[in-house]
Amino acid sequence: MNTYHWSIVKFNSLIAIIVCCISFSSLAQSNDDCLMCHQDKDLTGTKNDKNYSVFVNTAILKKSIHGELDCVSCHSDVDPNDLPHNDELKAVKCGNCHSDEGKLYDECLHGKASAKGDKLAPTCSTCHGSHNILAAKDTKSPIYPSNVPYLCGKCHKEGSPVQLQRNIPQDRILENYTESIHGEGLLKKGLVVSATCVSCHSAHRILPHTDSRSTISRNNIANTCAKCHVNIENVHQKIIRGELWEKEAHKLPACVDCHQPHQIRKVFYDQGFANQECLKCHSNPSITSSKDGHSLFVDVKKIEGSAHYKINCSQCHTFNNPFKNRPCENIVQNVDCANCHAEVGKDYSISIHGKLNAANDKNAPTCKECHGTHQVLPKKNPDSPIFATNIPKLCARCHREGEKAAVLIKDGEAVVAHYTESIHGKGLLKSGLTVTATCTNCHTAHRELPPDDPMSSVNQANIAKTCGSCHHGIEEQFGKSIHSPLINKTDKKLPVCSTCHSAHSITRADAEGFKLTIMSQCGQCHEEISKTYFDTYHGKVSQLGYTKTAKCYDCHGAHDILGVNDPKSRLSRKNIVETCKSCHPSANRQFAGYFTHATHHDPEKYPVLFWTFWGMTGLLLGTFILAGLHTLLWLPKSLQWRRELKKKQRENKNED
Amino acid sequence: MKTENITTENNLETENETAATQEKQVLRFTRLNRGLHFFMILSFLNLALSGMTLKFSYTAWARFLSSLYGGFESAGYLHRFSALVMVTVFIIHIVDLIKNKRKEAGSLKALIIGPRSMMFNKKDLNDFIGSMKWFLGKGERPEYGRWTYWEKFDYFAVFWGMIVIGSTGFVLWFPEFFTLFIPGFMINVATIIHSDEALLATGFIFTIHFFNTHLRPEKFPMDVSIFTGRVPLEEFKLDRPKEYEEIMSKGALNKYLIEAYPPIVLKVIKLFGWTVLIIGFSMIIWIIYAMIFAYR
Repeated sequence: MNTYHWSIVKFNSLIAIIVCCISFSSLAQSNDDCLMCHQDKDLTGTKNDKNYSVFVNTAILKKSIHGELDCVSCHSDVDPNDLPHNDELKAVKCGNCHSDEGKLYDECLHGKASAKGDKLAPTCSTCHGSHNILAAKDTKSPIYPSNVPYLCGKCHKEGSPVQLQRNIPQDRILENYTESIHGEGLLKKGLVVSATCVSCHSAHRILPHTDSRSTISRNNIANTCAKCHVNIENVHQKIIRGELWEKEAHKLPACVDCHQPHQIRKVFYDQGFANQECLKCHSNPSITSSKDGHSLFVDVKKIEGSAHYKINCSQCHTFNNPFKNRPCENIVQNVDCANCHAEVGKDYSISIHGKLNAANDKNAPTCKECHGTHQVLPKKNPDSPIFATNIPKLCARCHREGEKAAVLIKDGEAVVAHYTESIHGKGLLKSGLTVTATCTNCHTAHRELPPDDPMSSVNQANIAKTCGSCHHGIEEQFGKSIHSPLINKTDKKLPVCSTCHSAHSITRADAEGFKLTIMSQCGQCHEEISKTYFDTYHGKVSQLGYTKTAKCYDCHGAHDILGVNDPKSRLSRKNIVETCKSCHPSANRQFAGYFTHATHHDPEKYPVLFWTFWGMTGLLLGTFILAGLHTLLWLPKSLQWRRELKKKQRENKNED
Repeated sequence: MKTENITTENNLETENETAATQEKQVLRFTRLNRGLHFFMILSFLNLALSGMTLKFSYTAWARFLSSLYGGFESAGYLHRFSALVMVTVFIIHIVDLIKNKRKEAGSLKALIIGPRSMMFNKKDLNDFIGSMKWFLGKGERPEYGRWTYWEKFDYFAVFWGMIVIGSTGFVLWFPEFFTLFIPGFMINVATIIHSDEALLATGFIFTIHFFNTHLRPEKFPMDVSIFTGRVPLEEFKLDRPKEYEEIMSKGALNKYLIEAYPPIVLKVIKLFGWTVLIIGFSMIIWIIYAMIFAYR
């Protein structure tokens, strides 16, 4: 519009400013206004007493991604009403628009160095350019993937001031990268999806690997790699369970332990971590620890026969450093099986074994006490100590009377001896049924907890579920019974499986012994009613040791027991005759009126029985008192009569 | 079960003919009555033993005895079998009574109020009062007749027991049937009556009856006349002076005289008697132990 009026006027001309103010004071500053001066190729400005060109190449600017923006959008300290502006403008703040990137940059190594005034520190424009800024997708952009190594390499190549003057732990970065599988893919094969510098280090928040927030810190490296190698856990299983990298990378060798940064190659670790390397020393039977003298000999044959035959030494014995002469000299930790067996490891750490172990109790078993070390066998192998039939023996090593655990657990029963005689123990050890419950079926294999722990599988609250894992049908029945906490909201203690069946001495429910003890089991809680049961025919026969008469559960039901007031109960008015009929086929309604828990000691509840009993007792006492008195009075006279009789008999004989 | 009316001539004929002069004995019980008493003993012992195993099931003794029986079921079968035996004994006795009543010279009236009747009469009251006086040293020993009042008491006690224990026993045997007529709780009542009356009967027989007939000093250690049916004449004269007098007044002594059993028979009888006595006393000890030390 007015360009031609101002074409050759110097930007500091006073007149121009006045005219400008008058003419356009109410209009937006347009790029044309700026370019009026800045198109001049000779135009210079001064900053820090130095002259430099302030020429703006409109051709380049137009091509840039910011080509459509106003100059003042970026050069925001220029007051459009006060032209020509000051010589020393502030640096453009890209963060005004790109606030996220700006923030990241501020936290970043580069940003902080820049803020401190480090002249070597790159700013936005160092990488992105200024007026010539191009979209990242533009192949000509310096930040286009295939250009990134060169962009970063400008500073991070060998011999550059950054590499020489700043503390960069890696050397020959660009060279190594170029030869790495990533560099080869990117630069030789043109695969722009291949990892560049920013893929690992991030673009704007580059942090040293020692910073825990860094994308390349030990904790985060797995996540970083997994961004591209998304399914690594599925394909990398021969080495290590991939998902662990993301979840518990700290326990594992980090990606870069095997795949050195900047020089990533497949199977790199083979070069330093091969078993042969380890066995060079450890196949020697006389090798011992320099610390405590224990043997460090490794019997290869044992490993070859074990479940871990495909696992390399270094996968269990982590913290190797392949670049050391003795890669294992870094190893300070014991083998942590949880690196691969993570779930199991978590369970163990919760278990009483794990807790004791964490408290440095030397009696606490660790993985190897049960599973062995180099000779780990799968649990389906009959030679394995954790094969079903071997488990009782295994646990008994500590839990047998007089052994470590049995001593520790005060008032404990003779668990192993009892188990051996139980239905489970007989099933397992005599009948060889490997599906029979062993120690671990109830106590779990790795999360054993004392029964008073609410998390324990054998806690009062969890026992039904534990037994139900095999006896599912029973658990279902029990869940609907009056004894189930789901149904019965009493604050009294409810029975669970073990209350009646015991824990380790479980016998068959149809065995004589069991049938006779069940009454004292019910009697634990139902004391009064059990006592009165024994006053009836059923109870008396049971007490004699016979099982054919009705027991508690014959009438009340066992696992499906319901409250007597429940219409569905076997003892409800509707069902009771049928219940009696199961033993007394011709039972009738009145027959069911028999008191099965009768006592003649309760005049309130059973007045008829009470008075019958006392009537009979009165009769008995009366008879005995009268007859006894008669007999006692008779006794002295009878003695006397005996003498008289003899005398008289003698006399009579003499008479004859 | 003692019985009356020992007048069955046919029984006496053979034995009477050879009645010797030296050891004269008086026949007191007919063969039938001795037989009935024998079966009574056997069935009663078995009923008591097998029944007590249930009544005192909380004692170790009961469990031991029950296992000797071969379990509660076989004990139960034997209990009910013995019950049938005893009921049969009872029925035979009743039939015998009625049959003998006809054969007796007298009528039903004579059976009931005659001197040889089991029925209580005025003499029994006098005898009882006389006995009390005798016991207290205020009189002579009454002249007891055919049956003393305590023997009559025993007799009717058994009658009563038969009815009470027998009837409740049948209720317990067939509860499904009886509950068609009586409410279910009557089974509980029947149990108490059956059990306590049995306790009374057992206790009574093994203490009072044993003392009155066997252990009292005059008869000690036992009176075997219920097995032999015979009493030595001399003893008879002194023990039952009234009866002797009656017989003599009728001049019928020869009718009752009989020879004693040979010693071997007496030995067997005494062996049996001792066995029963010992079993009886053991039961009394067991019952006392159970009642005092283990009662629940």
